[in-house]
Amino acid sequence: MKLRSLLLATLVAIAAPALALDAGQPSPALDVPGTQGQVNLAALKGKVVYVDFWASWCAPCKQSFPWMNEMQAKYGARGFQVVAVNVDAKREDADKFLAEVPASFTIGFDPKGDSPKRFQIKGMPSSVLVGPDGHVVKVHAGFRPDERKAQEDAIVAALALVK
Amino acid sequence: MKPLTLITGLALSATLSGCSTFALPQPWEKGNLARPEMTFGGDALEQRYQQHIYTSKEAASGGSGIGGGGCGCN
Repeated sequence: MKLRSLLLATLVAIAAPALALDAGQPSPALDVPGTQGQVNLAALKGKVVYVDFWASWCAPCKQSFPWMNEMQAKYGARGFQVVAVNVDAKREDADKFLAEVPASFTIGFDPKGDSPKRFQIKGMPSSVLVGPDGHVVKVHAGFRPDERKAQEDAIVAALALVK
Repeated sequence: MKPLTLITGLALSATLSGCSTFALPQPWEKGNLARPEMTFGGDALEQRYQQHIYTSKEAASGGSGIGGGGCGCN
């Protein structure tokens, strides 16, 4: 019995808090250095922001970049902004990736991983669609070709809220 | 309770609680785990071939390297 309670206590101690960011919640803060100055989510209020967390070692991230470029080109004029936060520990890895896969949207760098922790990211890549009111519209993990349509639909639906 | 059992128990619990300080790597911390040299095999093509056979026999996939960052999106 004693052993069982000891095991239970250990398991509880090991288990990470299973929190998740949900739609409707106010978006966590995001303020990281970027390729063109500081990237601040609060400053983008009024826009629909697609916050993406990526790393150079993540294969689906590479596939997501052309799609994000496409979305930025298609909806940028209507108040849409892609903010892709890199979580590589080494900046060189991120730079190498960006040289290979060019990005026409805002890039931020968070090597310490504070922002993915705040956004309670569960997998790589992960995206959080933030509405013009600063509230989370959609949280998504992974990047699969068959999910692009649903992601784009969510962006279009959120853009309808832009004044 | 015998003193030996008590000491063993205490030692075990001390060792176990030590594990709790090692948090699992977060999804964004798997950069090193995703490196090719962190997988068991040597040849990428051969490994992929073996994994294909293993997957079809096991009726489950994943767990061999973190190519997809553990997001299940491969």
